[in-house]
Amino acid sequence: MENDSIIKIEKLIKRFPVGKTEFTALNGISASFGRGEFAGLAGPSGSGKTTLLNIIGSLDSPSEGDVDVLGNSVSSLTHKQSAKLRNRHIGFIFQTYNLLPVYTVFENVEFALLLQKLSRSERKKAVMDALEWVGLTDKVKSRPSMLSGGECQRVAIARAMVKRPDIVLADEPTANLDSKNSHHIIQTMKNLSRELKTTFIFATHDEKVMQYLDRIISLEDGKIVKDDVKTDSKPQDHVSI
Amino acid sequence: MIKFLIKGILRDRSRSLLPVLVVATGVFLTVFMSAFLKGIFNDITDINARFTTGHVKILTRAYAENKDQVPNDLALMDVGKLLTRLQADYPYMEWVERIHTGGLIDVPDSLGETRGQGQAIGTAVDLLSPGTIEPDRMNIKKSNVKGSMPAKHGEALISDDFAERFNVSAGDNVTLFGATMNGSMMFKTFTVSGTLKFGNTILDRGAIFMDIRDARQALDMDDAASEVLGYFKDGIYDDIKAQQLQASFVSKYTVEGDDFSPQMFRLAEQDGLGDYLKLAESAGSVMAFIFVIAMSIVLWNTGLLGGLRRYSEFGIRLALGEEKKHIYKTTIYEAIVIGVIGSGIGTGVGLGAAFYMQRYGLDISGITNNIGMMLPSVYRAEVTPALFYIGFFPGLIATVLGSALAGFAIYKRKTAQLFHELEV
Repeated sequence: MENDSIIKIEKLIKRFPVGKTEFTALNGISASFGRGEFAGLAGPSGSGKTTLLNIIGSLDSPSEGDVDVLGNSVSSLTHKQSAKLRNRHIGFIFQTYNLLPVYTVFENVEFALLLQKLSRSERKKAVMDALEWVGLTDKVKSRPSMLSGGECQRVAIARAMVKRPDIVLADEPTANLDSKNSHHIIQTMKNLSRELKTTFIFATHDEKVMQYLDRIISLEDGKIVKDDVKTDSKPQDHVSI
Repeated sequence: MIKFLIKGILRDRSRSLLPVLVVATGVFLTVFMSAFLKGIFNDITDINARFTTGHVKILTRAYAENKDQVPNDLALMDVGKLLTRLQADYPYMEWVERIHTGGLIDVPDSLGETRGQGQAIGTAVDLLSPGTIEPDRMNIKKSNVKGSMPAKHGEALISDDFAERFNVSAGDNVTLFGATMNGSMMFKTFTVSGTLKFGNTILDRGAIFMDIRDARQALDMDDAASEVLGYFKDGIYDDIKAQQLQASFVSKYTVEGDDFSPQMFRLAEQDGLGDYLKLAESAGSVMAFIFVIAMSIVLWNTGLLGGLRRYSEFGIRLALGEEKKHIYKTTIYEAIVIGVIGSGIGTGVGLGAAFYMQRYGLDISGITNNIGMMLPSVYRAEVTPALFYIGFFPGLIATVLGSALAGFAIYKRKTAQLFHELEV
């Protein structure tokens, strides 16, 4: 696993100023994630899950220690380099979908590709592929307001996956979904992870999500208290890529 | 990306329709008010020029120093020669002579005894020459409410107020009492051809309008005039041209130290109209300045509200790897598009309204009857080339400035908070 790591975290400390003192959100985290890994960060609120996702996603930087993402040390990246790393290699999935309401499903997914210099036909193919992965090719012209919660989250997955990123970071992606949709969504992501060799890292405390994860890192007070690699996570249906 | 953003602008009315309406309204008001203010200022200047100041006025130095007393003993002499010379030297001007006089109007009864008397403000202009435009210039024909215009010597027009007060009708005789140019007593009987109502207290109080030849005969002012007024033939007062004319006139006509030497006064030098003209000149700039400030504040707030509404969109774009600088630039481009459209619409509608008001005007004669100032009865807008840009560029600048200020929030945004912010 170590040799194939695309994310390496070493002695990561993250502190936030709170008045005149500091709050330590992450305290000496060391871990690594391999290509195609389907992992989750679990723990109670305030344990540091989202902070860790932020730093891996180059949205924030460490106070001490180092985080290496695809050979880039997050601490030393400029804003422009961070933006480029996110644009090319990292996808994000949010709890509340965050689709743009005035654009269609197709346009929401295409949006992720607009900053890359792709031709219109390349973009169209990529978007249609992504929508096919999540089973929404019949909704290309729909607006988000016409979709159910589960469909919206599938569009968000398509948007995250359309550029075929190396890493997808998902913060509580099933929190707003019912049980049936949660299973469907997580199943879709697991299939995509395996087929496209995309590393998924979730921040979650949803048991439904956890049963699909290959690895669960439990955080408490900014420290890893357990790093559990499972060998018997749920079997999946395959999607054709 | 540009096509994508344009789609967003068109579909999201709060990003397109609302800002366009705000900008268009502001620009419309700026263009229209600027045209209307300029029109009003010019109307007021124009009515003063027509009745009293001319674009330039020629008087003797002594008359000018005592003009409130209407001292005809100090009037201009040899006016015929003076006019011929002026017309030769300054053919781009139109020159007219006028006589003012004060006194009493006596209204006789059927036996010829005094029935009533009132204070008179006499004005003598060329009413009877073929092709004279003085009645039109002073709006006398339109102000003639009863009877008719004088058709022959010995006829005069009196104010309608005076006529009603003393029950005088067209065809009745009135006698004007006063002093001749030489200081002798003067009285001349006129037949009232009609009455005048200017809608102005000063003019309506005791005005008597007569032909200048009748006044000359009555006041012993042969070849003399109280003043000679000059008007630019295009009808528009231009202070720079007037200054050049004045300088030329002084060098040719004015003799230093001679009290009876003719002096020329520009419109801007009379009755405080200079300050008024400066105010008129700056009105457009003041309007534009106030507009830019006010609209920037309004659009800044509109931009902030729009920014708040689009907070998640900007967050998503940051998360997807768009640079802050790029997001900021696209909001500025959007503002330019909105600004051009809004300012274009506002300028078009403003010009349309200004054209309408230039043609038809706003009749306020009903509310100026008791106002002592010399005011026009119909206010009109004035369409000038400046109107094509006076609102457009401020509108565009205000829109971009508003967005630029609101857009600073993009730079201040901490990407580390994105997950939290996007999950609200």
